[in-house]
Parts: sequence; C-alpha cells; structure tokens
Amino acid sequence: MLKIENLHASVEDKSILQGINLEIKPGEVHAIMGPNGSGKSTLASVIAGKEEYEVTKGSISFEDEDIDELAAEERAHKGVFLSFQYPVEIPGVSVTNFIKTAINESRKAQGLEDMPAKDMLKLIREKADLLEIDRKFLSRSLNEGFSGGEKKRNEIFQMAMLEPKLAILDETDSGLDIDALRIVANGVNKLKSKDNAVMVITHYQRLLDYIVPDYVHVIYNGKIVKSGTKDLALELEEKGYDWIKEEVNA
Amino acid sequence: MDLKEKLLSSFMVFEDKVDIDTYVHDVRSDAIKTFEEKGFPTKKQEAWKYTSLNKILKEDYSVFPKQENALEYKDIKKYFLYDIDTYKIVFIDGKYSSHLSQTTHDGMDVCLMSAALSKPKYRLVIENYFNKAATKDSLPSLNTAFSSEGAYIHIPKNKLVEKPIQIIHFSTGNESATMLQPRNLIVVEENSHVQIIERHQSLTNNPVLTNSVTEIFAKKRAIVDYYKIQNDSKEASLIDNTFIKQRQESVCSVHTFAFGGKLTRNNLNFYQEGQRIDSILKGVTILGDKQHVDHNTLVHHIEPNCESHQDYKGIFGENSTGVFNGKIIVEKEAQKTNAFQSNNNILVSDKATINTKPQLEIFADDVKCSHGCTIGQLDESALFYMRSRGIPEKEAKALLMYAFSNNVLSSVKIPEMKQRITKIIANKLGVNIGFDL
Repeated sequence: MLKIENLHASVEDKSILQGINLEIKPGEVHAIMGPNGSGKSTLASVIAGKEEYEVTKGSISFEDEDIDELAAEERAHKGVFLSFQYPVEIPGVSVTNFIKTAINESRKAQGLEDMPAKDMLKLIREKADLLEIDRKFLSRSLNEGFSGGEKKRNEIFQMAMLEPKLAILDETDSGLDIDALRIVANGVNKLKSKDNAVMVITHYQRLLDYIVPDYVHVIYNGKIVKSGTKDLALELEEKGYDWIKEEVNA
Repeated sequence: MDLKEKLLSSFMVFEDKVDIDTYVHDVRSDAIKTFEEKGFPTKKQEAWKYTSLNKILKEDYSVFPKQENALEYKDIKKYFLYDIDTYKIVFIDGKYSSHLSQTTHDGMDVCLMSAALSKPKYRLVIENYFNKAATKDSLPSLNTAFSSEGAYIHIPKNKLVEKPIQIIHFSTGNESATMLQPRNLIVVEENSHVQIIERHQSLTNNPVLTNSVTEIFAKKRAIVDYYKIQNDSKEASLIDNTFIKQRQESVCSVHTFAFGGKLTRNNLNFYQEGQRIDSILKGVTILGDKQHVDHNTLVHHIEPNCESHQDYKGIFGENSTGVFNGKIIVEKEAQKTNAFQSNNNILVSDKATINTKPQLEIFADDVKCSHGCTIGQLDESALFYMRSRGIPEKEAKALLMYAFSNNVLSSVKIPEMKQRITKIIANKLGVNIGFDL
C-alpha cells in the first residue's frame, strides 16, 4: 500500500530525513518510535504532503502510484489521513460543517454527488457515538478551546468519517489521560480492517498496549535504524533509546 | 471643461427645471455655493489621504441622464432579494421605475423623494428633516444641490414594518458615462422598526459615478436595520454619504457588504442625540483586482449612557486597496459611554494594501472605549490541516475567509439576506461551497 524508498527530505535547507525505507501492506499496523527530533513527525508530514518539506531524493508511492508530487488534498482523496499531533484551531467553522465539507470535497474529487444531508447526519451520529463524543460538541468551532483529549478524539472522529486506507497517527497519545487514550485506541481498533493500514507514531509503549503493532521501527537521525516486532517497543520502554544511539554511533 | 465646472453650469439648468419651493430652493442654492467653494476633496485633506478621486473625476459624465430606460424584471431579478415579500423603490439611471417598484402610502410612506420635495403635504417633514443631518462637506453639498430623486420613507409611531424595503439603483450604461446623485430621506418615529436594503447596480461596464446621500432620523426607541450591498461592475464608483441621527433608546445598525466596484467610499456618520442609544456599524469587505474601498466612519457620542459597536472585517486580494478610518468622538457630557471598534484584515496577496486608522477623541473621563486593528495573512497551518482532510486549497482558503467574516454575517437579521450575501461571497471567492457554518 505505502512504499517509501530512500526518502530524503529537508525543511529550509536543513536535511531531516536521510534515507527512509519502509513498506506498509494492507491490514498491517506499524509503530514508528524514536527519540525527540529524530524525524518521526517530519516523516508523517512528508507522507501527508506538507509543502514546507522538500523531498530531495527517493520516492513515496501509495498503491503503486508516486504521490510525492501530489497536493495534500489529492493524497487525502486517495485515502491518506494524518491525525495531527497538534490539531489546528479553526474559529468560525463548526466540527460538523468542517467534516461535511471534507467528505463532500473528497466525493467531488471522485466524481460523486454530495452525500445526502440525511445520510451525513446519520453517519456523523454513528461515528460520534463510537468516539463517545457529545452531540453538543459537534456544533462548536473546530478545535477552538478543546482540551487536549477532545482534540485527539475529534481527530479520530474525522478519521472514522473519512475512512482512510492509511491512517497516520502522529503522537495521538500525547496529552491524553488513560480514559481518553482507551476511547481513542478503541475507536482506531474498531475501524481497523484487512484492507486498511495504520502507522502509529509515538514516544511511548503505552498506546501500543491498546493498538498492537505488527512491526516496530526506530528512527534516529532521519533513518530507520532498527525494526522488529512489538517486543522491540517493550525493550525500548525498559531500556530507553541510549543503547540504540550507541549501536548506531559505533 | 472639468467636472466641477460642468456641474456648476448644469446647476442653473437644473434649478430652472424643478419646482421652486422656497425652503428647498434656498438649501440647494446654499449647497451649490458650498460645493463651489470647497470643490472635490483631494488627498491633501486628512480624511481623503488614502483615496484619490482624480481618476474617476476625469470621465465625461452625463449629469442628467436623458432617456428613461425600461428594464425587464426577469433580466435583473437576481439583484433583488426576491424570495421574500418586500417593498421596492427602484430607479433606472436616476429615474423612478414604477413597474419595478412596490411602494405604499398605507399607514406609512414608502415612496419617492421627488414627490416629497414637491407636494405640499410633505412640506413640513421636508422642512424639519431635509438636509438636517447631512454635513456641509463638499460631496454631500453637491448631492444636496442636485437632489431631486431617491427614496422617501416615513414610518409613523408604533409601527413594525414587517416587509423589508429595498432601494435599488440601476444604471444601464446608455450614456457613455453617467453621474447619479440619489437622495434618500428616512424618518422613523417613536417605537417603530424598519429594515432597509440598499443596492447600486450598474448593468454594463460604462463608467458610473454615484454620489449618494441618505439621511436617517431614528426617534425614541426606534429600531433601524440598514444593509448596504456593494457588489458593482468594475467601472462603477460609489461615494456613499450616510448620516444617522438617533434619539434616546433607539438602536440603529448599518451593515456594509463591500465587494467593490471600481472605487467605493463609505462616509458613515452616527450622531447620538439622546441617552441609552446603541449604534452598530458592521462591515465585510472582500476585494480583488484593482478595487478600492474606503470606510470612513464617525460615531459622535453626545449624551451619556450610550453605546457604539464597530466591527469591520476586510479581505484583500490581487492589487486591491482597503482603507478604514474610524473616528469616535466622546463629548464631555457623554459619561458612561461604551464605544468599541475593531478592524481586522487579511491580505491574501503581496500587492494588496490596507490602511487602517482608528481616531479617538475622548473628552469625558468615565468611559469605556476600545479599539483594535489587525493585519494578517491566512494561517498556513490551518490551510495544511484542512487540505490534509481533503479540502482543496481554494476551498480551504475560502472557508477560512468566510469563517473570518462570520461574526459580522451572524448579526444579519434577515435570513434570506444572509443567504444571499453568503452566495455573493462564494462567488467572489470563486468556490461552490455552501458555507452553512
């Protein structure tokens, strides 16, 4: 589904990704771990198509098509979804109308008519219930004044609405208390199928207790330096990242 | 012959043609003298520092459009608020169009200025109100000298006017260039409520210069909601001079939706002549191309315990220019005044310009006055966020801009009007999304 080969990317002439290789197949869950500043969030943004990042070398393909020249919205239309580490506040646009616009623009790109209002409402209610989101919350301005937990829950709500093929969860666990974490992880698990894939970016093992990865990769200095199974995450939790740094530097 | 000379010599011809009522005649004669003395404003004057009339004054305007032009309703329906029942006062090239209008004398007067200026039964009202709010500045004076047609609205006491009143001026472009000077007089007596929509619409790309004066008198506890839709052709210029005198406990609001023509200048003046008055001035300005819009507002707090609220949002693209000059005067007697002013702008192009200047003159010591202006750009991180959810760049920008102007739109009390403005905004931003936020 997603194939990344020798990916180099930089922002403002500062090289951040320095040769990432990664393949994610349908049905798989991959965890990306690593110390601060190693390039985890950059990788997420580059896959989603953030323009500030320049791909200097290598390629990203999604379902056998090069996507690194595509605009962010075109990648979204193909089924790439990024749950933001810091969801942006958009005053004046309600949660409901934002998601309505997003869904109908995606449908438009696929040559489909707008979703009938009745179906939209039904879908919104269904997915809001899945994430245990209060109905009143849906008419508030997007992310404005939301708590950390509300913001993340709203991200997964949008993911549930858009039903992406590849969901990239960028530090979705940060700022969540244990109850919110459980709700969010539950939501992700319910949306999981053999046809879609999830890439979980996290510092900590905690989230991986709920969203169990098939593979764990460690990024350090813009490269994947170690890959393994979920046991690698447990090892990292126990021993920290220093031994990895030492191994790489040696 | 330049425009000023042409206007001065035309005045002689004009005075010969109209009925000479002594009061109006005297007012007109004084006004033309004032205009002769002052001439057109130039950038040397502080209030016109950022707006030059030079270019638009160079056209060879026809001052009295000659023929009466017929328009078919179906061809111009889209400029009306047609999905609700309204009174309509419609003018084509400055002349009243009876077949497009729907006026009334049933318990109130929603009719013509020409009738009010000439018929004896209106004489008292004219003597009491005509030119009693307009200032003696050059452009209002020029309008006063030539005033002959426009809307005359007189709402008696204790009347809730259920249907909004639309005042629409069409220009057909039958002359190579046209100058229009509409004059509106609106008197709303005690406890009455009226909603008015005003629009100027040119139907061709021939130059039009409209120098309009509207005088509004809101009596005790009257409520006046006034909406100005400015979305004209690229060769149409408008100088709007509006003067509102409010008596105690009255509430007047003016929403100006400035989507531009060529050059637009809004001189909007509120005078609070009583206690516990509320004055509301709101505006959304969205410009592109080389459009120029200048909002020049004045709120004069004369008596204690009054409020004023100003909220203007501007979005400037391409080579457009915006000006906001908001003046608040709080007289020494006007204690406990609450005056708020905010002007927020987004520049979406490197070549667009906004000049914003608050001007507060406060002589009372127990008042709350605040003003703030901001100039920014669209939030890049918000744009990426929206695009990553599948909303294309153009639509994402439009949505952000719409959301930015939404708290001005949300105070529009006529739902159909709000829908219409929303459509115009979507059109202006080149997108086809509903924005039902």
